[in-house]
Amino acid sequence: MATVRKGIEVSIALAEAVGQANVDVIAAYPITPQTHIVEHLAEMVADGHLDAEFVPVESEHSAMSVCCGSSAVGARTFTSTSSQGLALMAEIFYIASSLRLPIVMALANRSLSGPLSIWNDHTDTMMVRDSGWVQVFVENGQEAYDHMFWAFRVAEHPDVLYPTAVNLDGFILTHMIEPIIFEDNETIKKYLPDLKMKNVLHPDNPVSMGCFAMPEIYTETQMAREQGLVKSYPQAVKAWDEWYELTGRRYHPIETYRADDAEYCVVTMGSYGEAAMEVVDMLREKGEKVGVVKIRLWRPFPFEDFYKAIEGKKHLIVLDRAISFGGPGGPVATEIRSALYNRKNAPAIVNYVLGLAGRDVTPGDFIKILHEGKEKALKGDTAGYTLYGVRE
Amino acid sequence: MGMDKYNVFAAALVEKAEYFAPGHRACQGCAEALAVRLVMKALGRDTIVAMSTGCMEIVSSPLPTTSWNVPWIHVAFENSSAVISGCAVGMKALMRKGRVEKRDINFVAMGGDGATADIGMGQLSGMMERGHKAIYVCYDNEAYMNTGIQRSSSTPWGASTTTSPAGSESIGQNTNKKNMPQIAVAHDIPYVATACSSYPFDLMEKVKKATTINGASYIHVLSVCPTGWRIPFDESIKYGRLAVNSGVFPLYEVVNGKYRMTHKPEKFLPITAYMKGQGRFRHLKDTDIERIQQKVLDDYNKILKRCEE
Amino acid sequence: MLEIIIHGRGGQGAVTTAELIAIASINKGKCAQAFPSFGPERRGAPVVAFSRIDDNKIHLRSKVYEPNVVLVLDPSLLSIIDPAKGLKEGGTVLINTGKSPDEIKKMYNLKTKVATVDANHIAMSEFGRPIVNTTMLGALLKITGILSFDDIKDPVMARFGSKLGAKNMNALQRAFDDVKVAG
Repeated sequence: MATVRKGIEVSIALAEAVGQANVDVIAAYPITPQTHIVEHLAEMVADGHLDAEFVPVESEHSAMSVCCGSSAVGARTFTSTSSQGLALMAEIFYIASSLRLPIVMALANRSLSGPLSIWNDHTDTMMVRDSGWVQVFVENGQEAYDHMFWAFRVAEHPDVLYPTAVNLDGFILTHMIEPIIFEDNETIKKYLPDLKMKNVLHPDNPVSMGCFAMPEIYTETQMAREQGLVKSYPQAVKAWDEWYELTGRRYHPIETYRADDAEYCVVTMGSYGEAAMEVVDMLREKGEKVGVVKIRLWRPFPFEDFYKAIEGKKHLIVLDRAISFGGPGGPVATEIRSALYNRKNAPAIVNYVLGLAGRDVTPGDFIKILHEGKEKALKGDTAGYTLYGVRE
Repeated sequence: MGMDKYNVFAAALVEKAEYFAPGHRACQGCAEALAVRLVMKALGRDTIVAMSTGCMEIVSSPLPTTSWNVPWIHVAFENSSAVISGCAVGMKALMRKGRVEKRDINFVAMGGDGATADIGMGQLSGMMERGHKAIYVCYDNEAYMNTGIQRSSSTPWGASTTTSPAGSESIGQNTNKKNMPQIAVAHDIPYVATACSSYPFDLMEKVKKATTINGASYIHVLSVCPTGWRIPFDESIKYGRLAVNSGVFPLYEVVNGKYRMTHKPEKFLPITAYMKGQGRFRHLKDTDIERIQQKVLDDYNKILKRCEE
Repeated sequence: MLEIIIHGRGGQGAVTTAELIAIASINKGKCAQAFPSFGPERRGAPVVAFSRIDDNKIHLRSKVYEPNVVLVLDPSLLSIIDPAKGLKEGGTVLINTGKSPDEIKKMYNLKTKVATVDANHIAMSEFGRPIVNTTMLGALLKITGILSFDDIKDPVMARFGSKLGAKNMNALQRAFDDVKVAG
């Protein structure tokens, strides 16, 4: 099987992956920084390179609504959005998971208004944290490319049937040109079979989808959703394992870097993971026992993998890219604190919110945060969070 | 197959099967439920329905039951037009790629007047502008009946609703009814029609016609709501006829821009014949009714003039 | 790792320059990045693009603050930016101007290595338009030696097609020959 290594913009590579996945329907509305993804898909359809329907809808709300319709008839369906677009479609985003429709989304993460900002952070995706979608974060272009196939594969598995969102940092990844290895279509075909759903809208087998629920039955529907999403975990892992067998690139729900003997770790999600690795290398050279813990699978949250990854660490410095106004900390730290509460020998948690709306974070910033965070942990100053780099 | 095939739509030709099954929970005398039933008979079994949140959705689909004998999907209030767009393009792609056997399927979105003229108008506009081969049916009962008779932009001037109540300082609804069929016509789609469940053959003929159209169709069905209009529940059919015969709701169609009045009242009734007995208009004074009469005539004549062009 | 900053104005092709450097480097088996300083740039407004080249996988994704080379596509930018800011020891500032490196050093009080080439002149005579992105690449190749003509040829031809690509390669060659450096 042949692979090709190309220097290419991540958005274009991602769109090519969606094409290689033989998608049937793409419905999307333009929003920065998602635009290059859907522009390239439109171009592929226009040039006859991709046999699919591209629906240029009049809003993101409609984009997700069209996706629901096309997925409900059994068509492989893709969309992409960012920020305000996600906010506008949030209503339907939730419903898509309750309908168990295996839609795949590339979510080019961007801050939410206001004030208006087009730059990257994770405030948009945190808004839909509890929507019942499978949610995953990628760190680089290769991962973005690989996870398009993974997302369809997981979403469409008969045991899963949940929409799946691949989060990638807007601009930092979407607009980056870097080397990406492309798999050939034969490999993709092997990995990703045609979509076959048992219940689709077709006159030969009339089903009703999206019925309403009285209080007597609503709770049971939610239990079914919860159990279904948790059941996606083994399929997510299996899909990563099989991708590894085919391509040699391996992914895990929680990933670590030089964490085994680390006294403390920095916890990241998204493209900051790689920068953290770089910084950890620098600090290791100076003899500091520090490592990185990276959350790849955000929903369903991989508790056991996380516990294993942080075993024996004295403290964790958790980096958040979103604020929970008036709350106890960034959403990732809040989650981790909750996961570790009442656990024996749990590490101390120090939380930083940083890199909001594209504020650049340099290796120097990382080092400062790691050192300052360690000091805080040793002093027991672990409550709340620090908004890093606020200009006085 | 030409559209004219359906010009004689007789009782004997009406589909016997019920695709909107009895046992649903609509109010007594609900003309909207009747309209849905008739629309479904005209559409037949090879139909996929996307329905907006509203009375018809709620009464027909309480888990774990359903009244729908065709594939049916409800996603949200404002988006049945976008959902059906998705169904249509999805099926088109699957048939083209050979994964689903080729077949003529009617793609039909349905919503009430709130879903159509208010919250879902942008999405309906999108469906019509993109020109999907799909039919949108608006069941217009002139207010948000599902949530308890709140005004919509389709509520007529002078009607008292729970959010446009008549009072010492209020006439009730103080805006004119939004003209959705004309908004649909402005999209230059090939087929637009108005209909009413009090004229079942006219309604079914129009729905049948829409199924033959290669593009988007819009059908606006006046659906009398005895609960919201505050009339006796056994007079829904009568009030539908009064609406048509007084010119309040002219029955017409626009085929590729060409207007045709499909039902001309034998005797043009005064507006009072229609308004009298409706609780929602009870507070109106003679001068108010005169104003309404004038507006009704003006609007009717506008359509009539277009039919003569 | 080699880090490059490219200053230009919207429409001049600063981002394209960064892209071509990265793609040529990747094609020859190296790791590289190219990215714009993301913003709502409009035609004519100052634009910054970045590129990194290394033998190993690049993990950094912050902007470049300590470049080895700074390209200035439009000399009028020199009055609003400090092109030598953060420049690594031994690094070079490469400027599109008809002036000599010594004149520029004096005018803007630059203590670093400065290279100049009259890319506008070359571009005007090759394409009849002052689009200097590929022209400046020629000068960059000369002063850094990071890429050969063969390395850059494929991405340039792929980007511009055979006819325009050949003109770009001519311009590139002329800038390579013409660039002047002062330490």
